[in-house]
Amino acid sequence: MSDRLPIIKTYKLAIGGKFPRTESGRSTSVHDASQNLIAHVCQASRKDVRDAVEAAHKAQPGWGEATAFLRSQVLYRLAEMMEGKRDELAKAIGEGGQLEVDASVDRVVHYAGWCDKYAQIMGGSNPVAGPYHDFTIPFPVGVVGVIAPDSPSLLGFVSLIAPVIAMGNSCVALASETNPVPALVLAEAMATSDLPGGVVNTLSGFRDELVEHFSTHREIDAIHAAGVSDEHRTLLRTGSADNLKRVTVHGKLDFFDDAACESSAWIDPFVEFKTIWHPSAV
Amino acid sequence: MRTVTHPEHEHDATTGDKGMNKARPARLDLRAASGGGLFDYAPAPESVRPDIADRYGLFIDGSFVEPGSGNWFPSINPATEGTMSMIAEASTADVDRAVKAAREALPAWSGLPAKERGKYLYRIARRMQERARELAVLETLDGGKPIKESRDVDVPLACAHFFYHAGWADKLKFALPGRDPKPVGVCGQIIPWNFPLLMLAWKIAPALACGNTVVLKPAETTSLTALRFAEICAEIGLPKGVVNIVTGAGETGRAIVEHDGIDKIAFTGSTQVGKMIAKAVAPTNKRLTLELGGKSANIIFEDASLDQAIEGIIEGIYFNQGHVCCAGSRLFVQESILDTVIDKLSDRMSSLRVGDPMDKNTDVGAINSKEQLATISKYLTLGDKEGAVRHDVCNSSLPDKGFWCRPCFYSGVQPSHTIAREEIFGPVLAVMSFRTPEEAISRANNSPYGLAAGVWTDKGSKIFDVARRLDAGIVWLNTYNKFDPTSPFGGYKESGFGREGGRHGLLAYCR
Repeated sequence: MSDRLPIIKTYKLAIGGKFPRTESGRSTSVHDASQNLIAHVCQASRKDVRDAVEAAHKAQPGWGEATAFLRSQVLYRLAEMMEGKRDELAKAIGEGGQLEVDASVDRVVHYAGWCDKYAQIMGGSNPVAGPYHDFTIPFPVGVVGVIAPDSPSLLGFVSLIAPVIAMGNSCVALASETNPVPALVLAEAMATSDLPGGVVNTLSGFRDELVEHFSTHREIDAIHAAGVSDEHRTLLRTGSADNLKRVTVHGKLDFFDDAACESSAWIDPFVEFKTIWHPSAV
Repeated sequence: MRTVTHPEHEHDATTGDKGMNKARPARLDLRAASGGGLFDYAPAPESVRPDIADRYGLFIDGSFVEPGSGNWFPSINPATEGTMSMIAEASTADVDRAVKAAREALPAWSGLPAKERGKYLYRIARRMQERARELAVLETLDGGKPIKESRDVDVPLACAHFFYHAGWADKLKFALPGRDPKPVGVCGQIIPWNFPLLMLAWKIAPALACGNTVVLKPAETTSLTALRFAEICAEIGLPKGVVNIVTGAGETGRAIVEHDGIDKIAFTGSTQVGKMIAKAVAPTNKRLTLELGGKSANIIFEDASLDQAIEGIIEGIYFNQGHVCCAGSRLFVQESILDTVIDKLSDRMSSLRVGDPMDKNTDVGAINSKEQLATISKYLTLGDKEGAVRHDVCNSSLPDKGFWCRPCFYSGVQPSHTIAREEIFGPVLAVMSFRTPEEAISRANNSPYGLAAGVWTDKGSKIFDVARRLDAGIVWLNTYNKFDPTSPFGGYKESGFGREGGRHGLLAYCR
């Protein structure tokens, strides 16, 4: 070990493909298990949530209209970028970091493959009793608010955003409160992948302060959360009633369990099934 | 108030409807052609008269019981204002009894071999078919809808829903690949008055097929077919407690929503009530699906087959007196054909027959209740006051008693007008114009609702492009208001969440 004083990085928010500091000017320190200072992170405010939603809104139509094949390629590219940053990610996670990075990369690969298969599995044609072509196709629901669990800090975050963006939604994601750094490193990996800016907007901050603003923001169309308290779960659902957000709050969950976390069922809440009729006889 | 009456359209050049004040070619005046009357058909009343009891108790645990509340309310025939029967009002304690019955029935019902469960649904479906005419007449007497609609649409579709879902009972593992569907449990279901028996079928058929038991509340103005359905359940030997019907109004609904013993709430009704329900269940683990209001756009391009489109517009807004959540209540017409469409619409509407719902020739029946008639009248007043031009082109005579509203449409409607934004749930159409497909799509999507939409054009790629970009759960292309048990139904945005019907409808009733 040299005596060199290390540079402590301040991780910024990721909004619209850029890395701004919080408009509130607040930041907090992050320590490792041995209470060593390892980084500073921004403490996002309501205004940051709103800016992020705006960016997500701008990005969503383009991402939603990208072909399923392209989205699949982009998600796979993200997995490649994560693999390249694996040491940085693992270090940010701390103990068990390498294993968690493995699981996180593989989760992204899993959902990359869903992009161009979900519609075939969950859409379909409907044999109506009449001369009509009738078919049902999934479309993205729009902008999804993601509240990630504290732990696992990277795998939890990745598991919540991957099924959301696979189908063409954009999201505003609140990282682990106790260790937001892996999600912010991931944001840097995203910026160098092919994922369009604004598709995933990453915030660090406190759930007590921000959950309410996620739940009541009228331009958020759905919520995907895990690891939140009962109070926050109720708050998410109550606030969401005003614009009828589609709310999914997972209960206790083992994110390392592929069978529990890798399914088309994880995508269902973030699509709208559209059914189209057209006469097939004149 | 500026209004236009058939046949002399007096258009105000200040309304923004370009060319509306131009002279028009003479049109065939159906009333004049038929000697002043509207092709005087001989009355053709439906002759089947279902037996209606003086009063109906609650259907709990397989039999009809007196309400603990001791309260009864009248069921009114909206076409005559006569009381048909007295209906029990379920109190919180009554709802509790029903939930307990459903809970007790759950293990045996969900534990039945799936094929056996399916066979009960087949029995229900067959018995409904056999009693179809009786159900149709009851539906029309109770709700005011034309007998030709209850006979040809509501009841056959309700039967078809049970047939369709009967076959799912033993095939659920194929429905959702890679999943192992289990019943949700006891389902509390609250349905509206516009399609009473059909909405019951949409709720009960998938719930039962997936192994759930139900407590269902019909709307307070239309309880009779639900109660007749309860008789059918008893008649075919459905195990006790699998289906419970509790009648009543909002307070009964609240008791269902707030009951701890219910695992899932399914509600069809207004967006306002839907949001209240979403708030009420927020602290609980109840699952929720909502099928709510709409202000659906019907978009007609200049390259559409116009006569077909006019029929579709009529079907879209005047079907069931406009008491349809997916009614095509906003008509967007491409500017170049606005005058033609208004002419053709006026022509077609002038021959709509409003009146006795039991007459097989009736096109538009009675408004479901006095309250709904007042709501519609309020919107008509607002439409006039805010400056749209009302076209009272339907001259059908109206019966002396009952709740009636002649269908009409408005032109010169601005997007900010109340009648262009809020759900009227009546036979009132707001006509607006647009220039480009982009404009049509953005205006159609500019609504908190997202239930349905219609698109009319003979250009194939255009129609699918527009369909793709409309925020609506159901998009009818060159058709409107078509329903089928295999076809998922449900909305985007504030029109609710979840789908009913088809494979996707099963998602709501499986965990």
